[in-house]
Amino acid sequence: MSHKTAYSCLALIAASLLSTSAFSQPEPIRIGFMTVRSGALAAGGKQMEEGLNYCLQERGGQMAGRKVELITVDTGGQPATTRTRAQELVERSKVHAIIGPLAAFEALAIDDYIKQVGVPVVSPSAAAEDMTQRKPNPWFVRAVGTSAQANHALGEYAAKEMKLKRVATIGDDFAFGHETTAGFQRTFEENGGKVVKKLWPPLNVADYGSFISQLPTDVDAIFASFAGGNGLRFLQQYAEYGSPVKVIAHMTTVDEGILKSMSQEAVGVISSGWYSATQDAPGNKEFAEGMRKAYGADPGYYSVGAYTACAFVDAAAKAVEGKVEDKDAFMKALRSVKLDKGPLGKVSLDEFGNPIMDVTIRKTEMKDSRLQNVVIKTYPAVTQFWTYDQKEFLANPVYTRDYPPAKNLGN
Amino acid sequence: MRRFIPFMIALGLVALLPLVSPSDFYINLASQAAIAALMALGLNILVGYAGLTSLGHAAFPGIAAYLVAWLSTRGGLGPGPAAVLAVAGTFLVAGLFGLLALRATGLGFVMITMALCQIVWGGAYRWTSLTGGDNGLSGVPRPFGDMLTPTTFLWLCLIVLAVAIIQIGRFAESPLGVALRGTRDQPRRMSALGYDVWRIRFVAWLVAASWGAVAGLLYAWYHQFVSPHMLAVTASAEVLLMVVAGGAGTLAGPLLGAALVVLLKNLASIWIDRWVMLLGATFVFIVLIMPDGLAPGLMHLRERFRKRMASPTIAPPLAGQERIDG
Repeated sequence: MSHKTAYSCLALIAASLLSTSAFSQPEPIRIGFMTVRSGALAAGGKQMEEGLNYCLQERGGQMAGRKVELITVDTGGQPATTRTRAQELVERSKVHAIIGPLAAFEALAIDDYIKQVGVPVVSPSAAAEDMTQRKPNPWFVRAVGTSAQANHALGEYAAKEMKLKRVATIGDDFAFGHETTAGFQRTFEENGGKVVKKLWPPLNVADYGSFISQLPTDVDAIFASFAGGNGLRFLQQYAEYGSPVKVIAHMTTVDEGILKSMSQEAVGVISSGWYSATQDAPGNKEFAEGMRKAYGADPGYYSVGAYTACAFVDAAAKAVEGKVEDKDAFMKALRSVKLDKGPLGKVSLDEFGNPIMDVTIRKTEMKDSRLQNVVIKTYPAVTQFWTYDQKEFLANPVYTRDYPPAKNLGN
Repeated sequence: MRRFIPFMIALGLVALLPLVSPSDFYINLASQAAIAALMALGLNILVGYAGLTSLGHAAFPGIAAYLVAWLSTRGGLGPGPAAVLAVAGTFLVAGLFGLLALRATGLGFVMITMALCQIVWGGAYRWTSLTGGDNGLSGVPRPFGDMLTPTTFLWLCLIVLAVAIIQIGRFAESPLGVALRGTRDQPRRMSALGYDVWRIRFVAWLVAASWGAVAGLLYAWYHQFVSPHMLAVTASAEVLLMVVAGGAGTLAGPLLGAALVVLLKNLASIWIDRWVMLLGATFVFIVLIMPDGLAPGLMHLRERFRKRMASPTIAPPLAGQERIDG
């Protein structure tokens, strides 16, 4: 072979290599999705999958002009498994971002790991206060509020506008129940109300009867904070006991995800939250209608969380023009995400990666032959710190069963 | 020592995994299997050698993990001193639990071990100011600083596992270990022969708890997070499953069982959505085909294969058959 032919061969090969790289598709953006498909949390996991799929379909399976490859893993609701699944996503599938996990203890189980490997994580539902407060993680962003974010508003509303004086609380006996109840108690008592009794039924209690019989009937209202299917069971049993007292609640107690299984017992419940399928936020009408069409039910806490998480990732990917491989720039974009429309309307993130968004007070009503949470008041741009000074708020211990202390028990 | 050679070769091969593994994922999976094997080996002393089926073995790794996590985060100790104190603390609690649990045998023992583990679980779940409740304790610092990569962590786990295999293997063959198996098969005769059955069982209980505590340390360092889930009944049941599926009363059984459970749980789920069902089906299969567990079942198969090779036409003598079955 002469030199000339050898060179032309090389040139040909080089040209063909160049042309294939020029015409080939850019690599897809790989997103890991941690959901729960087995166990007690599986219902929420399914709704998360619906919200996420809807988001991706809406975007034609693309973000910032690149195809999206979704890698879904099932954590089984176990912290140890969650950690292994996170490793699978990061080390084996080499994802650019993770949406998930579902439960707070799952998110906490991978907290250190995501710091070590530096992978952007957007939480679609884990609400544990400290993850964006006293133990912030630079790689963690939340697409839902903290446990107490909406209840600060409800506490003030109950004392100032509903003029309630004495309230008894009942909530799931785990961190989420403790934190939500504590947030309500704090603003309610600071505005002149009194929490006179606090009950904590175990998460998996078979029967609420013994707890309902301990609930006083001479109070102005019962504050209920239940997660998963527990709100449904509590309200049904409370109705069987004649519902002697009005119920006010955290959003998950009357979440759209379980509202479809309820009937008369939920009517009249006043709750607070950052999402209601009926809320008049720019973009929510189309979203709620689309979800109803696709899945036959109103979207709720989990589906909206997953949708918003996906929208955050999309917005951040656009901000870096699809260059999600530059982790630091991508994360920076993710932390400064701002959405103008969508189910939550206007959303931005605070310096800890927690959303600042409108919180509404809603009343559950039967409308169009289905139960809906109808908005009666909107608190605009609520942060996780409510009206408190951020420094002071963070200097206090995190909300628990006993903090803030309830000084009016038994009154 | 010769009978440990196959184990050491197997562990040595696993230690070479980082050379061929395409990502850290498989190395970490091997570390998890080693930690699980450590728990299963400990429980096997009770279930296999002492004939005491415990449904509360997660208590020991759990207590040790919580202690090391608390001491090295909120207690302000270094990982080393925290680890020593955690193992010592677990040992003390195990002694106390042993006094209670070893009053019973059989079904009573199952129930009381489960109850004791539930007490620990309840403490971890409800004593929020100390344990962080169901949010657990996170940010557990690891020992050896930057030297601890996935590969070196795997080696650390394998070294500990090798020590455990040798210690437990020697323990089982020692006069005390033989006496322990005696108390399993004929407790009354052993008692009549002058053996202190309770004391022998108590020693076995403490050895099992100690290896559980060591496994708990590695667990806490691996996950850097502890939560009440590791103390749940399902966690104890999973360790028991490893022992039973692998073969109780053998040294290789718990290792095989642990590897099987960890790999099925974490590897099969990559390709199969319904991995929980696969896990169940696998155990039904093991129970049907190899009721004594994987390790004895495989030995059994090998024996049969060898016999068939030796005398392909003549049926094996009845006496031999009996010995295998009995």
